[in-house]
Amino acid sequence: MLEIHNLHASIAGKEILRGIDLTIRDGEIHALMGTNGAGKSTLSNVIVGHPAYEVTEGSITFNGQDLLQMKTEDRATAGIFMSFQQPVEIPGVSMQQFMRAAVNARRKALGQDELKASDFLRLMREKRKLVEIDSRLVNRSVNEGFSGGEKKRNEIFQMAMLEPTFCILDETDSGLDVDALRIVAEGFNKLRTAETSALVITHYQRLLDYIRPNVVHVLLDGRIVKTGGPELAQEIENRGFDWIKSLTPNPSPNGEGNSRSSSLI
Amino acid sequence: MKANEIVATPLSPRRGGGDEASQYIDLYASQRELICSGSAPVMNAVRDAAMQQFAAQGFPTLKEERYRYTDVAVAFAPDYGLNLSRVRIPVNPREVFRCDVPNLSTDLVYLVNDQPLLEKPIPYVSSLRQACIDHPDIVAKYYNKCASVIPSLSEKGPGGEVLLNTAFAQDGLFVHVPRGERMNHPLQVINILRSPVDMMVNRRVLIVLEEGAEATILLCDHAMDTVSFLTTQVIEVFCADRSRLDLYELEETHTSCRRFSNLQMTVGSDCVVSHNSITLYNGLTRNTADVALTGERSEITMNGCVVADKNQHVDNNTLIDHIAPSCTSRELYKCVADDEAVSAFAGRILVRKDAQKTSSKETNNNLCATDTARIYTQPMLEIYADDVQCSHGSTVGVLDQQALFYMQQRGIAEAEARLLLKNAFVGQVIEQVRLQPLRDRLHHLIDKRFRGELNKCTGCALCEPHPQPLSEGRGA
Repeated sequence: MLEIHNLHASIAGKEILRGIDLTIRDGEIHALMGTNGAGKSTLSNVIVGHPAYEVTEGSITFNGQDLLQMKTEDRATAGIFMSFQQPVEIPGVSMQQFMRAAVNARRKALGQDELKASDFLRLMREKRKLVEIDSRLVNRSVNEGFSGGEKKRNEIFQMAMLEPTFCILDETDSGLDVDALRIVAEGFNKLRTAETSALVITHYQRLLDYIRPNVVHVLLDGRIVKTGGPELAQEIENRGFDWIKSLTPNPSPNGEGNSRSSSLI
Repeated sequence: MKANEIVATPLSPRRGGGDEASQYIDLYASQRELICSGSAPVMNAVRDAAMQQFAAQGFPTLKEERYRYTDVAVAFAPDYGLNLSRVRIPVNPREVFRCDVPNLSTDLVYLVNDQPLLEKPIPYVSSLRQACIDHPDIVAKYYNKCASVIPSLSEKGPGGEVLLNTAFAQDGLFVHVPRGERMNHPLQVINILRSPVDMMVNRRVLIVLEEGAEATILLCDHAMDTVSFLTTQVIEVFCADRSRLDLYELEETHTSCRRFSNLQMTVGSDCVVSHNSITLYNGLTRNTADVALTGERSEITMNGCVVADKNQHVDNNTLIDHIAPSCTSRELYKCVADDEAVSAFAGRILVRKDAQKTSSKETNNNLCATDTARIYTQPMLEIYADDVQCSHGSTVGVLDQQALFYMQQRGIAEAEARLLLKNAFVGQVIEQVRLQPLRDRLHHLIDKRFRGELNKCTGCALCEPHPQPLSEGRGA
């Protein structure tokens, strides 16, 4: 599904990713762990095409397509979805307007007709129930005045509406209490099909108790320094990241650019 | 009658030295009799004084605080014709024009330039010229009196363009709702600019709401012909105690139109008044709105929405004069400027010494979509009372880049995402429109405007594929 080769990327001239190699096959869930500023969010932003990041080397292919040549919106309609770490509030644009434009863009890319208004509303109702989101929220402006948990749940609701094939969950667990985390994670699990792949970015084991990864990667200083099975996440939970740092042959002394990258997401 | 038979009195050629005012002074001197014979005594009674004052002061210059964003004299410099001999311009608006606001049951009046066409009698509504003949006492009590009731206006005196209007205006609209009465339907006034040659139009509107009266009035400006138009308009509004008025103004003309509109309003006690000014398509527009709150406990809402692109110029200048205590004013103006458009907003809130317990909020938000568009914003708050709640603020910004990215990540194309954001930005003003069918229509028109589908006025036959031939009397 997704193949990343020797990816280097920078923001404002500062290199954050320093040669990422990652292959995610159909139906696989990969977890990406790492300290603050390791480049986790940079990687997800580069995959979805955030304009602030510049790819200086390497390639990303998505189902055989050269992703780096595609516009942000075309990547989305091709089936890539990112659940934002900090979902954006858009006052004045209703959830309905927003979702209708998005759903129809996706349908157009799939060669389907636009949904009629009544069919669209029915779809909204169905998916809303699936992720247990209040009807009051979907009648408001996009994310406006939503609590942290409501915003995250709204991300999963949008995922349900758009039925992507590849999902990035960018620190979806941050700022969620245990109950909210469970609802969001269960929502995601309900939506998964056998073909859905995902990249789950997190600091903690907690989310991975609900969303079981096939593969776990550890990202440090812009490189994947360790890859393993689900047990790796448990080991990090127990021992922290420092023991992995000591395994890294050439740790970069320079950490300041990393904090900058995380502040932009 | 063929259109080219219209007798337009030309202005005399400009004198050297750039004295744009002299052509109007000369025209008045030579055509005074014609102007008066085409009007009525009440209106004629104040002409000479206005022209004398104009001759003394001329046009306002850019050095004057209230006119620093619009060069009035330049707009008045070209040689326009005036229809002083009151030739009826052949038009059957019902055939050629549909300014349809669906589901809005309105009483409809067409104004061709400044002359009303009343197809059937509408209660409380008449031609101003006719009202001067039918009810000279009532008209004389109010006509040209509003400025003198607004202290901040009477202190400085009217601007040159207002004086010219008073000197040249021959007709217009008169709305008079007697004590305790209310209009059955909203009144929709469709101003249609029509002329085969470049034309100056001087239109006058007088609205009088007696004690406890209620009215909803929608004034739409359209231009049917592609010649240049220069319009001056003075709207005087008197709201007596306990009256309610919703006044909407919508301009949807074209890039060769210049509009100078002056709204003067006095509001008594316990009134609820709103004014919504929407500039959807224009050339050069200067809207002045002066409101005096002379009675206690009244509420006024003033909203404005401007969509400008190309080289369009929109200058909104407002004044809310809190004279009496315990009044509330809310003002929200929003503007989107694209391409090389210029938008200016200057809003002054004046809270006088006796206007204790005033609550006032003024907001001006602007979206500057290109590097070449220009936005001027000047919110002003002057407070002389010591027990008030007032705030004012303005912003100039670009589209939210994070919101754009978020929408694109959901698959919404960039152009569509920009459109949604622009619509959302001005939508806040439209949401405050009280008439729901009008609100829906305005959302629709603004969306079309941003999509570039509103090149001229949407309603007129000239924009439609098979226009009806212009002919008088058909279907009458």
